[in-house]
Amino acid sequence: MSLFSQLAERPWAPEQAAIDDQHDGGEFTLPAPQVGLRVFLGVASALFTLFIVVYVERMVFSDWQPLPEPWLLWVNTLILFASSAGLQWAWVSADKNKADDVKKGLYVGGVLGFAFVVGQLLVWQQLANLGYYASSNPASAFFYLLTALHGVHLLGGLIAWARTAYKVQSGLSLAKTRGSIELCAVYWHFLLILWIVLFSLLLFT
Amino acid sequence: MAYVAPAEAEVEEVELYHAKSFLTKYVFSQDAKVIAIQYSSVAIAIGLVGLVLSSLMRLQLGFPESFSFIEPSDYYQFITMHGMIMVVYLLTALFLGGFGNYLIPLMVGARDMVFPYVNMMSFWIYLLAVMILIASFFVEGGPTGAGWTLYPPQAILEGTPGSGGGIILMLVSLVFFIIGFTMGGLNYVVTVLQGRARGMTLMRMPLTIWGIFTATVLALLAFPALFVGGLMLLLDKVLQTSFFMPTILSLGEQLEYGGGSPILFQHLFWFFGHPEVYIVALPAFGIVSDLISVHARRHIFGYRMMVWALVGIGGISFIVWAHHMYVSGMNPWFGFFFATTTLIIAIPTALKVYNWVLTLWKGNIRFTIPMLFALGFIVTFVNGGITGLFLGNVAIDVPLSDTMFVVAHFHMVMGVSPLLVIFGAIYHWFPLMSGRMLNDTLGKVHFWVTFLGAYLIFLPMHYLGFLGVPRRYFEMGETNFIPASAQDLNAFITIVTVIVGAAQVLFFYNLFTSMKSGEVAEKNPWKAASLEWQTAEQPPGHGNFGAELPVVYRWAYAYGVPGAKDDFVPQNMHPDEVGEPGAHEASEE
Repeated sequence: MSLFSQLAERPWAPEQAAIDDQHDGGEFTLPAPQVGLRVFLGVASALFTLFIVVYVERMVFSDWQPLPEPWLLWVNTLILFASSAGLQWAWVSADKNKADDVKKGLYVGGVLGFAFVVGQLLVWQQLANLGYYASSNPASAFFYLLTALHGVHLLGGLIAWARTAYKVQSGLSLAKTRGSIELCAVYWHFLLILWIVLFSLLLFT
Repeated sequence: MAYVAPAEAEVEEVELYHAKSFLTKYVFSQDAKVIAIQYSSVAIAIGLVGLVLSSLMRLQLGFPESFSFIEPSDYYQFITMHGMIMVVYLLTALFLGGFGNYLIPLMVGARDMVFPYVNMMSFWIYLLAVMILIASFFVEGGPTGAGWTLYPPQAILEGTPGSGGGIILMLVSLVFFIIGFTMGGLNYVVTVLQGRARGMTLMRMPLTIWGIFTATVLALLAFPALFVGGLMLLLDKVLQTSFFMPTILSLGEQLEYGGGSPILFQHLFWFFGHPEVYIVALPAFGIVSDLISVHARRHIFGYRMMVWALVGIGGISFIVWAHHMYVSGMNPWFGFFFATTTLIIAIPTALKVYNWVLTLWKGNIRFTIPMLFALGFIVTFVNGGITGLFLGNVAIDVPLSDTMFVVAHFHMVMGVSPLLVIFGAIYHWFPLMSGRMLNDTLGKVHFWVTFLGAYLIFLPMHYLGFLGVPRRYFEMGETNFIPASAQDLNAFITIVTVIVGAAQVLFFYNLFTSMKSGEVAEKNPWKAASLEWQTAEQPPGHGNFGAELPVVYRWAYAYGVPGAKDDFVPQNMHPDEVGEPGAHEASEE
């Protein structure tokens, strides 16, 4: 039932009481951790949307100088895409009860996620070598800030990934680990989409 | 109509974490009730620091040049820290971290929050944020004196008190506060959405939960704006970036900054700052609705409209922020838009006030302490709200901006009003939390001194504002357009402030003595219908509801139900036990 129709309910009415008494108390069919992740993604989206708004607002000032675009960023984007695909593979395999493929997908996802973070640090080094520091120009300041925040989110994801990988490695059944694998995959897809948005912003400005 | 029994519960019992040691039971606890007490204790403790700071400010304003230990820079630091502490570290933390943690699981019929470990982390990160804030008092140059709005460029430039370590620690503390709050906020939202008892539909939830829930959603969306602004300001300070810093000369020297936009920070700050008003107000609205209903023995008038108004106010609160910036300079159409939205938000707000009054109409009003505070809130909120309508209009705001009128307005509406609700809520739920009643006489003295005192402080302050007395001034000196009698009024306000501040000792005395030796509270002493009073034990034990989770059969406002055994019917009372057939069919008039 949609939120709007629920808001129109008359909880004091006897006919409504008969319906309400059957309610199981949950709003969504998803388990609480899945709902929690989606709420968190909403908050993270609000955060990055605000950064993007500020970015666009700040770039209209005359001192804005576009940054060079290191080719390594394209490589990193591919790595993150593959990382996300790996976790998707793990998720699908968990649904099909293929334990070996779950492990493979999980490791591909995690290791490539880590590789992406290392790749981003290399991009930082390249830019610093070219003389683009955080204080050089607002464009470079934004680049460091946005990539750092995206990276911090990914590192947070890697902690969750490590816990999940440990559970899978220690032989817990797929029934018990499937939820965590799904959480990792959904989060990685979000980070991939977020990175594509941020990368596009950096490319086109 | 024949009663149809609900199907067997499909919701699995939550696997509760059971503490095994003193440390995990009372210190690193994952029980929302313990976390609530921890949040509340820290919030009240830091709030007392804020109270002392305000008294120091009032001493300076009432009796200038009498206190040699208060320098102008100290005064600015007192203002800044008082504002930030009260708004963020006291009110937000107490309403959401304190009342939210205690009441959400109990009122929706859950054993605990859905993510207890994350909930525990939320408190410890909040505590860390508070410690960092306190640390800023002890660094070289002291805490920041930039004003609670922390506007650049002055917030981070030399010459502003606390522009060294003070501002850095303030911003770092805010970043931690927001991270900690987000962890708690996820819990509050998901517990309300997914953790309710069988039969507890959204529209059967008490308005307290609706208020806390809506405020949490607001906070989850608004705090990121402060996070963005705070983090970028921190980088401007530490790494000399120029997100907000324009080309600027400081003390005769050209700084390395250039090109940034200070107004951009203002937009970010107030995009957070205005919803923040409602992050504090909405839980207060919800709580006061329940206090009025319980203590007037009457269902809340217009429950659905009350819910709609909460949600509506929450939504509109995101499109009024720039009314704080009329004097920053803006396109007149922009000002017109924000003035209009500001006036529009008064509609659902006024609707709530009417409904509170109509709930009282023909109610069996009991002048208990919680009811006194609730009534005090309604009057105060109307007063503070009406001056808000003045200030929402550009033409009236411009001359009144930066005067004591603004200070009086926001203290009435988001200082005194929510505090009255907090006191009312503590008097109301103390028996549940401790199993004992607070002393009634002490409570009444506390109420009247606080309520009347608040009016003696803030009503004259409006008048000072009309006279043109500016806010933020260390002292007036000789100012031709302000009569000398304004100083007498300032001295009067200061004396009352000290008395009202001292009267709070009564409250704490009452709290601590009653905890040990207060009259033992009977079960559900206020005869409330909501779930938190229907627990197996009072105070509720670990897991809240004993062996079986409650099943909900009605809303939380079944008072004066014809044919019922008592004048209230608990939410979880089986229809067969209510009394005469059909007695559970409480109807809204």
